[in-house]
Amino acid sequence: MSLLYLLVPMALILGFCFLAGFIFAASRGQFEDLETPAHRMLLPESTPPSETTER
Amino acid sequence: MSDKFRYDDDISKKFLLATLLWGAVALLLGVLIATQLADWRLNLGLPWTSFGRLRPLHTNAAIFAFAGNGVFAAIYYSSQRLLKTRMYSDLLSRVHFWGWQAVIVAAAVTLPLGLTVGKEYAELEWPIAWAVNGLWVVFAVNFFQTLRVRRERHLYVAIWFYIATIVTVAVLHVMNTIQIPVSFWKSYPVYAGVQDALIQWWYGHNAVAFVLTTPFLGLMYYFLPKAAERPVYSYRLSIVHFWSLVFIYIWAGPHHLLYTALPDWAQTVGVAFSLMLIAPSWGGMINGLLTLRGAWDRVRKEPVLKFFVAALTFYGMATFEGPLLSIKSVSALGHYTDWIVGHVHGGALGWNGFMIFGMAYWLVPRLWKTPLYSTGMANAHFWIGFLGTVTYLVSLWVAGITQGLMWGATDIAGKLVYPDFVETVLRIVPLYWVRMAGGLLYFSGYLLMLVNLVLTVRRAPAGVQDEAASAPPLVPATVGNLGGRPHRMLEGLPGLFTVLTLLAILVGTVLEIAPTFFSGGFAPETPGVKPYTGLQLHGRDLYVREGCYTCHSQMIRALPAEVKRYGEYSRAEESMYDHPFQWGSKRTGPDLARVGGKYPDLWHYRHMMEPRDLVPGSIMPSYSWLAKDKTDFEIIARKLAVMKKLGVPYADDDVRLAVEDARREARRIGRGLEAQGVKPGIEDMEIVALIAYLQRLGEDFRKGGVK
Repeated sequence: MSLLYLLVPMALILGFCFLAGFIFAASRGQFEDLETPAHRMLLPESTPPSETTER
Repeated sequence: MSDKFRYDDDISKKFLLATLLWGAVALLLGVLIATQLADWRLNLGLPWTSFGRLRPLHTNAAIFAFAGNGVFAAIYYSSQRLLKTRMYSDLLSRVHFWGWQAVIVAAAVTLPLGLTVGKEYAELEWPIAWAVNGLWVVFAVNFFQTLRVRRERHLYVAIWFYIATIVTVAVLHVMNTIQIPVSFWKSYPVYAGVQDALIQWWYGHNAVAFVLTTPFLGLMYYFLPKAAERPVYSYRLSIVHFWSLVFIYIWAGPHHLLYTALPDWAQTVGVAFSLMLIAPSWGGMINGLLTLRGAWDRVRKEPVLKFFVAALTFYGMATFEGPLLSIKSVSALGHYTDWIVGHVHGGALGWNGFMIFGMAYWLVPRLWKTPLYSTGMANAHFWIGFLGTVTYLVSLWVAGITQGLMWGATDIAGKLVYPDFVETVLRIVPLYWVRMAGGLLYFSGYLLMLVNLVLTVRRAPAGVQDEAASAPPLVPATVGNLGGRPHRMLEGLPGLFTVLTLLAILVGTVLEIAPTFFSGGFAPETPGVKPYTGLQLHGRDLYVREGCYTCHSQMIRALPAEVKRYGEYSRAEESMYDHPFQWGSKRTGPDLARVGGKYPDLWHYRHMMEPRDLVPGSIMPSYSWLAKDKTDFEIIARKLAVMKKLGVPYADDDVRLAVEDARREARRIGRGLEAQGVKPGIEDMEIVALIAYLQRLGEDFRKGGVK
């Protein structure tokens, strides 16, 4: 059972890291603009040179 | 402003053709070994065609040759297009391709020869295993450099799944292939017993997760929207289920070890995370199926979409069945039975196979710039394959549950209703025939696809070139800095993204495995547990060589009916010197953990020569070559030396006198057999070493050395 002295702190620290990461991501707009990527991959592969000058 | 370049389509073609070739081999082997279970005579009486040696070849071919090449074809095709660049290095791509095929050929030669580590899906001996590690590095360098030179800032969801695959497989495979060589073709894993079991199933389950799931989800997120000409249903869901999937999967391994000598807490962690897995898994299924909203009329006509829809449905079934089987009381019934084999094939045939078929029917016309030869044939393939899969699954559900119930059946007095193991085998042999028929159907459909695709490629116009494309270059300063939005920033930074993925999988890894290093592999030093003698150890290696673990377990679970049938449940200490552990995962034959001392030497001799002489109806192959092949006594000293290095308490004299001791022990057993009429000279043959090992199983417990 002495394993628990190692396991519980490890679990808590790592769990906290993930929670902090999630809060950070969510508060900084991690989940914004989830529309364009899904559409962009559907565009034809090769586009004529004239259309590719936009940034 | 815009760069002109060409995608490397040749490498995608190469991997796709390799997929189609090895898929046929893997399926043919599957049909053969399924028939061997239905009729033992198909083992042909030859060492290299017996079930124990071919089954690892079948699983390795299906996972690493068929699914592996399929995944690479998908990654090379879709990544270049999603990242708007050719692969970083054509040379690395080709080293990866030819190296991978060489590994497959090496596996196809060594596994039938019995050169194996004896851990499931990690059977390849150390020179091949480390070649795989090297090739993986080649692949990873090529892939991450391609990310670096990309022209599209945003990393599409499929790319994330590929990153998780590459990073995690590297960690898994390296961790599970740490072995000390005895010779060029023989090595022992550094882990033993419970620790080896935990590492093995952490690896084994995550092979399912990161070879057969994450890259296939990536594949799905590219090819399904492309084929359906619709954006993925919810990009948000894809993000949420990606992170939760990679975080949760890595913990689920211990569900393969329920009721075993693994500590309870580790079992419970495994069960809890396995149950949670249903959410991210179904997230992927739902996202895929709903992508087809408004396009269902096309599913009726287009074989590509048919395959994808069926694949996602099988994925949903398998990922419901998995958590179900992880519940302890369900595992008590299903573990070690054919239900598990059926479960795996629901994923392999239904999910992986159908995803690859859908991809192949979509990709071949595009890569070779030729319409598919016959849509009708492709539709026929779908229905034949579907019928084959369902036949396969249903027969093994019935077989598994039937056998599980028969093993556990006790009468009112508490006695086993079916004390003879072979009785429970004979009951399900008819279902083995049905399973074989299902596999044969699936294989027939596959051949139909091969004909269809070959005819398509043959009609291809001459001189098809790599597809041309153009895209504006990324201004270096903007890489990794997308207007300060962290989510977009994360996607713009492949390095950071990789680290985060690695972190997510390492959490589970560290928490589950680290304690085993601190606690002596969960087994306290027990003086009553004696290391194997040299001859027994050599016999154990023969047990591994013949793949006995593919049909026999050495782990009696702490369940009443099991203890009645086989004896006291297995303790952790009993396998503390077992490099590798041989707990097994399937009981086509009975458990052997306490078989030592149960029968005389002569019984084992005759049983290995012709199992049916002693167990009428047995479906075990005969191993007559063991009485003809001479024991290599000289290598035993080196084996003991390596074991000593690994911490098995052998004295220096044990190693120095190993060969003499082994010969003496062999003489004793051989004399005993000869006195009972076995031909003279048997003491020099391998069968004697195997008998020494089998008679040793469970001895420490029998002699009171383990509490």
